[in-house]
Amino acid sequence: MSVKTITTNEIANKIVNNKETTILDVRNTDEFDDWKIEGGNVHVINEPYFNLLDGIEDVEDKLGKDQEIIVICAKGGSSQMVAEMFDEAGFTDVYSLEGGMKAWSEHLEPTKIADLNGDGSLYQFVRLGKGCLSYFIESDGEAAIVDTNRMIDIYEKFAEEKGVQIKHLIDTHLHADHISGGRSLAEKVDGTYNLPPKDATEVTFDYTPLEEGNDIVVGNTTVKVQPIYSPGHTIGSTSLIIDDQYLLTGDILFVESIGRPDLAGKAEDWVGDLRNTLYNCYKELSNDLIVLPAHFSFSSELGEGGQVSARLGDLYEKNSGLQVDDEEEFRSMVTDNLPPQPNAYEEIRKTNMGKVTPDNEEQREMEIGPNRCAVHG
Amino acid sequence: MSLVANETLDAKGLACPMPIVKTKKAIKNLDPGHVIEVQATDKGSTADIKAWSESTGHQYLGTVEDGEVLKHYIRKASEEETSEEKKHENVLDLDGLRSKLDGEENISILDVREPAEYAFGHIPGAVNIPLGELEERFNELNQDGDIHVICRTGNRSDLAAQKLSEKGYKNVKNVVPGMSDWQGPTEKSN
Repeated sequence: MSVKTITTNEIANKIVNNKETTILDVRNTDEFDDWKIEGGNVHVINEPYFNLLDGIEDVEDKLGKDQEIIVICAKGGSSQMVAEMFDEAGFTDVYSLEGGMKAWSEHLEPTKIADLNGDGSLYQFVRLGKGCLSYFIESDGEAAIVDTNRMIDIYEKFAEEKGVQIKHLIDTHLHADHISGGRSLAEKVDGTYNLPPKDATEVTFDYTPLEEGNDIVVGNTTVKVQPIYSPGHTIGSTSLIIDDQYLLTGDILFVESIGRPDLAGKAEDWVGDLRNTLYNCYKELSNDLIVLPAHFSFSSELGEGGQVSARLGDLYEKNSGLQVDDEEEFRSMVTDNLPPQPNAYEEIRKTNMGKVTPDNEEQREMEIGPNRCAVHG
Repeated sequence: MSLVANETLDAKGLACPMPIVKTKKAIKNLDPGHVIEVQATDKGSTADIKAWSESTGHQYLGTVEDGEVLKHYIRKASEEETSEEKKHENVLDLDGLRSKLDGEENISILDVREPAEYAFGHIPGAVNIPLGELEERFNELNQDGDIHVICRTGNRSDLAAQKLSEKGYKNVKNVVPGMSDWQGPTEKSN
């Protein structure tokens, strides 16, 4: 007997459209507490599968027989077993998530942000499971991708559907929470891989320096990508202004938080840079720029259709990380009580520098868990 | 490397939930107090075996990595450990043992837990003879000095101390409660 399954795609749709559903997460409680599926109308219950081997009585009472229940585990095996038990107990609308949280971590949800000059458009790829955001800029048959995730076939397929050729891969900084797909995709499509030189001092491969003054043009002069040096999360962190309207802030500024300065060294070293970028450099930019960050941490940051964006001027009023006038207070906020670091972050940095080359399965394991690149004021 | 276990379960190549399902079955047939070694390759099995053991009352001892294989050691819960009644009268608490050790007194400690329990953490210098083997091996111990017998919670060591007294050992102390509450130095032998 087989039970109904559901794909990460279908769950993503439920989340971005605020559909009501119930998730029964059967991973062990430590893993659940660390990282789980969240969203506006998603109710989540945790009961480890190994407590259900003798029967589902303990959780059965909390759930209705006709209620939609999605059972989730780490890789999809245990959720299938538990879903079958519910099915046998007479529950009618039970699903098991194919591939579990591992697949969820890799799901990318593309959403259109805006039309750009000429016939161009800007898309945000939302990695709901990990909170990573990447950007696809296309114009006049060409495309550039910013902060590309490891799952490059998804971008390739998207480019194919749009009938555009990927020319430029850009990373706003050397990532510590996920493995960049920028370099491998650049090799595959014979495009340029752009990386801030100050983050690239230890890399083992050739790259194109991402520097102020070296604007990147997508399509026939229509879309301009202008790098702005904005250190703080890493020493090389560089923001991008697209068409004088959109500010891609990388891991410096998020919608409800700011970047943490400690993942590539000591927090104390870069806290001054971080403050200068946020409190001086960005302040000189237009308040009407739309901020498009490289991460989100909370489902409350997901807007309509799953988009993550905000007006820069609004963030100067609302984002708690931008309200700290006292320098010392700011320093202690971003250096004391930092959240745990992202899973395997040192290995991930080495991978992104080309120093180590883990196999595919190892790369997936390294990326398990949330991004954890933010500090919340 | 392998530690001594009473049973070995091969769950290699199996994905979640099978390592736990098989462990649960195997542990049913295990004698209380005995140790099972579960060999698995699923990386998630470590956290799950540990959490499952805790929720079922079995004692998760630890995991040894041997190449690709994870060897998990679990000791089946045993009722004798919940009995409060101790018969051997000469007891020493953990603070007492600690100050004897800190005083650099040359003392002998006999750890009567299973070898796998001992391997994952014991007091430096402690000798391991599991309770079940004491009958055949007691003569490895020196008759003259004090012997401090320790286990996890004080019950197996109580039985061991009684046995040694019967065999004519004079200065046998049961250290209570045992390694479960020991805050002093430990070492591992795996």
